[in-house]
Amino acid sequence: MTYSLRGAAAIVGAADEVSPTGEIDLPLRALEARVIRAALADAGLTPSDVDGLCMCTGGTLMHSVELAEYLGIQPHWTDSTQIGGASYELFVEHASNAIAAGLCETVLIVYASTPRASRRRGGVGMGVLATPERLEWETPYGIFLPIGAYALAASRHMAQFGTTPEQLAQIAVDTRRWASMNDRAYARDPLTVDDVLGSGFVAEPLHKLEYCLVTDGAGAIVVTSAERARELAKPPVWVLGAASSHSHSMISQMPDLTTTPGVESGRRAFAMSGLTPSDIDVVELYDSFTITVLLALEDLGFCQKGEGGVFVADGRIGPGGELPGQTSGGGLSYTHPGAFGMFLLVEATRQLRGECGERQVPDARTAVAHGCGGVLSATSTVVFGSEEVL
Amino acid sequence: MTGSAPTRNLPEPTEISQPFWDATREQRLLLQRCPQCDRSVWYPRAVCPTCLGDALEWSEASGRGTVYAMSVHHRAPAAELADFVPYVVALVDLDEGVRLMTNVVGVEPDRVHIGQRVQATWEPLADGRQLLLFTPEDSGA
Repeated sequence: MTYSLRGAAAIVGAADEVSPTGEIDLPLRALEARVIRAALADAGLTPSDVDGLCMCTGGTLMHSVELAEYLGIQPHWTDSTQIGGASYELFVEHASNAIAAGLCETVLIVYASTPRASRRRGGVGMGVLATPERLEWETPYGIFLPIGAYALAASRHMAQFGTTPEQLAQIAVDTRRWASMNDRAYARDPLTVDDVLGSGFVAEPLHKLEYCLVTDGAGAIVVTSAERARELAKPPVWVLGAASSHSHSMISQMPDLTTTPGVESGRRAFAMSGLTPSDIDVVELYDSFTITVLLALEDLGFCQKGEGGVFVADGRIGPGGELPGQTSGGGLSYTHPGAFGMFLLVEATRQLRGECGERQVPDARTAVAHGCGGVLSATSTVVFGSEEVL
Repeated sequence: MTGSAPTRNLPEPTEISQPFWDATREQRLLLQRCPQCDRSVWYPRAVCPTCLGDALEWSEASGRGTVYAMSVHHRAPAAELADFVPYVVALVDLDEGVRLMTNVVGVEPDRVHIGQRVQATWEPLADGRQLLLFTPEDSGA
């Protein structure tokens, strides 16, 4: 690989909005505006500085176009690619490339969703999964999506590699330990492996406490050029490498249920970054379910395929562990409004800036944010570094 | 999910999948095959997902396969399936080399396991079509 976007762009602003009740009863556009204002203020920039916009939810069809009109922004670079929860890492990839190519300078990436408030008003969720192919070839069999798809993947991993329920439960336990150090996290009460194993099932073999939350939330980040990043007050969080991939839409068409497209996005992102997994100080891996984390650890190369269970069993990704992971408390315990990818970026930014207080990973200089969308369908991996590693 | 009183919503056939659904009325399992690639294709498509050739041919499959992945479901996503709980959602690898989603029926859910050999069985739908399900090979079903 000769081309690299390493150091061409950086995150310079980040903000997110969550609620202690899990519910944010605001019109979506008002919530979006709130996090956008906060992210721009964090960057020390104004709306008139924004010349690129990324948004793939919240509107009707032309998401970035609809949002831009509402905000009075007229970008000359736009992206509304929708690959589920991985869309936000993909936006960082695309924005960094566009900035590197000189197509734009300052890109705003936005996400807001209020599934909890809308459910109370009688809304129904997950309609996005009702594709014609799924309705014809999966829905008749009563698969409970998305939980059932991830349960199928977990069943295969357990049968093929001997991964145990206790090992998977440990991921939920360690994620909760991080959440207990984040006073903005939704679920903060301590959790044991026994609690997880006793929490019952929607779809075996994943227990209910291995499923992500359903909470309202929003986030925004600002990505800008190296030149402008250096003029701003806060330390830039440099994009060192980024790549995306997808392998299937329906779980029944996934080539190998134990291997996600993260193998491809991870390999390409790391190659660009000049780093390897052993160089990474903190990981923010998409944790829609415990199995999602386990597969990501393997596919990104933090351990060998099949060894994820053993890798996490001793608390390695928890506080004080060798590879701190999902330090906000993740989708399992912090918030999960339907797509967690934005919050991975916000937390990676805060960790590399040293803003995380009690849960701060000491001397964190490198981070990976790894999004996963659909039913292990699409992944996008971003490797970040602080000024010291640039 | 033994299905004596089928209440499932009917899957909607397409122009492409109509031969598959027609054959289910006679409990025959049809798969598409690409003559260029010499590979079976699932789900029914307009083109081969390997070469994009559009000369796919229908052929009858053995109806035998192996459980690749499974999940015992304790909650149904739709009211009309609630009475079936608990039921087994499975991915089955057919001997013809394709993988499909199904339910494994005619056996207690805790007796189904990955690697198990299964064979096709059919559940009548309200319009005379039948839904492809699987049951363990040794169950005598």
